[in-house]
Amino acid sequence: MALDRWIALIILGIALAYGYAAYFTMDDLLPPFMQRNPVWPSTFPKVLSVLAIITALIILLGIEKPSGDQKEPDIDYRKLGQYKIGQAGLLLGLMVLYALMLRPAGFLISTVGFLAIGAMILGERKVHILLPVAALATGIVWYLVEGVLGIFLRPLPFFLG
Amino acid sequence: MLEGLLIGLTTALSLTNLAMVIGGCLIGTFIGMLPGLGPMSIIAIMIPVAITLGDPSAALILLAGVYYGAIFGGSTSSILLNAPGVAGTVATSFDGYPMARDGKAGKALTIAAIASFAGGTLGAVLLMIFAPMLSTIALLFHSAEYFALMVVGLSAIAAFAGTGNVAKAVLMTLLGLIMATVGEGALFNMPRFTMGLMDLQSGFSFITLAMAMFALPEAIFLVMNPARGAQGAGSGKIENLRITRAEARSIAPVIGRQSVQGFFIGVLPGAGATIASFLGYAVERNIASEEEQKQFGKGSIKGLAAPETANNAACTGSFVPLLTLGIPGSGTTAILLGALIALNVTPGPRLMVDSPDVFWAVIMSMFIGNLVLLILNLPLIPYIAKVLTIPRTYLIPFILFFTLMGSYIGQNNATELLILVGLGVCATVLRFADYPLAPLLIGFILGRMLEDNFSRSMQLYDGVGFILDRPMTLGLLVIAALLVIVPSYRARRARARKSGVADGD
Repeated sequence: MALDRWIALIILGIALAYGYAAYFTMDDLLPPFMQRNPVWPSTFPKVLSVLAIITALIILLGIEKPSGDQKEPDIDYRKLGQYKIGQAGLLLGLMVLYALMLRPAGFLISTVGFLAIGAMILGERKVHILLPVAALATGIVWYLVEGVLGIFLRPLPFFLG
Repeated sequence: MLEGLLIGLTTALSLTNLAMVIGGCLIGTFIGMLPGLGPMSIIAIMIPVAITLGDPSAALILLAGVYYGAIFGGSTSSILLNAPGVAGTVATSFDGYPMARDGKAGKALTIAAIASFAGGTLGAVLLMIFAPMLSTIALLFHSAEYFALMVVGLSAIAAFAGTGNVAKAVLMTLLGLIMATVGEGALFNMPRFTMGLMDLQSGFSFITLAMAMFALPEAIFLVMNPARGAQGAGSGKIENLRITRAEARSIAPVIGRQSVQGFFIGVLPGAGATIASFLGYAVERNIASEEEQKQFGKGSIKGLAAPETANNAACTGSFVPLLTLGIPGSGTTAILLGALIALNVTPGPRLMVDSPDVFWAVIMSMFIGNLVLLILNLPLIPYIAKVLTIPRTYLIPFILFFTLMGSYIGQNNATELLILVGLGVCATVLRFADYPLAPLLIGFILGRMLEDNFSRSMQLYDGVGFILDRPMTLGLLVIAALLVIVPSYRARRARARKSGVADGD
């Protein structure tokens, strides 16, 4: 089964769960006075879930065949092996780490770390250039966000302030 | 209209707003040049900045400036590197890149700049004429018609975005609508589909979603496939920006025709700059003389001017449905709509009455923005083009960092970053399977409005009776259904005919 049909299957699952919630569980919480309304919080989701289930089934069962002139996809999952998927995975992991570290480690340390480690994952080895560039960029962004936009970003680790 | 023009001029010519236009155009050009970052990603990144400005006119002017700049920057990288940053400038590279290879990069850039300027300016004139007319009509619409109109818009976008694969685009739209129902709505004071998570109480943030749908997958693709960023080598020096009088005379009619054509294509929901530029290129090639036709694809100045004019005019045209109906026709205008709602301005027919300063300032800033691009950016291009030499080892971490920052600033919440990464991975997988992502975002942004109008009509008519009671609503819904069904029916019949079992006709 091709990837797009697997995805249709997953979306079908989501739509079924969504529809189940809309049809069977949501209305239990509805206060009695709202039940006299012609439209309930679940009305629109009910319509959506039915439409989504139908569309997902159309793709899953291959009822609508793509038209003949298939354009060359700009990125092809069949060539996944040739892509640098490890690097991409590491960078995504780094982003998650950044999200978790941002509060405890403070903006400055986590951002310099993110930029430097990110560049090193991609193969940059000149640390003596990389670190100053990362530090400078971090400083500028922190000044812009904190000073100009006025949004608080804790600059230092939690034990320093 | 004159009064409006003056209001717009006073707003747009204030010092802050002028700085916004100039800054926006420069930032847009700068980032738009980077391979893989289209206007949608750039605007998504700039939104937190625009929202913190607090002033809707300034914000919209900044974002519109970024939009133009990005398109212009995209043409620059198409011409110099044959690496279009945006789908809308692919047609530009057909003739732009051959010109650059012949050592005429400077001339190609000038033609692109003049064509963009003319397309954008004429487009803005047309916008000035048609937007007020359309919004007068739109004032007659009730919530039932609005509901139907949004359904038409969404189906048109799905039908255009998923060429040959309408079901996929429809499914993406529905997924966007489903995501929009998560959280606490205005109409019903209860949280829906939050799965008990506090972080979903206010729903998904549209900035996060926009970043996750566009900026993040592009960055991931750049990592996975380094060739994507650098097809073809740079063409070295950019000099001799002048064009001759004869050249100017030969491209003038092309620019005139394509401004009008591009504008009207841009007005249609879902069509936008990409279709306008390809169609413009095709039309000009067909009506050119035999001799000139041979030049197309080898560095014809007409072939360069046509898509450049058309895509800029179409960008301007795509503002018509946004400003008059409040219904975005493209991913980019959808993001702009999101930003406006965040700034407490509701675009739509009332916009011209309620906040004429915003409406006219945007139109005026289009003129100023185009002028800035022509006068300020063109001479700077040789220097701005240096950005293309930034090594990707530095570029990619910075792009990722800016997506993270954009989403963090919007919500001030680290969980948002995890949602961003999660949605980004999903978006990448969807891109792999050739699912269009713009319909998802447009569906998400229109979702709340769609449901509000739907619920209001239901309440007014005590049920679904409004569909039959209001002929215009019914008509619009029929159009919407046809938009989705006809393309797949025709594809099916074409296939049937190919295999020799055609029915009738």
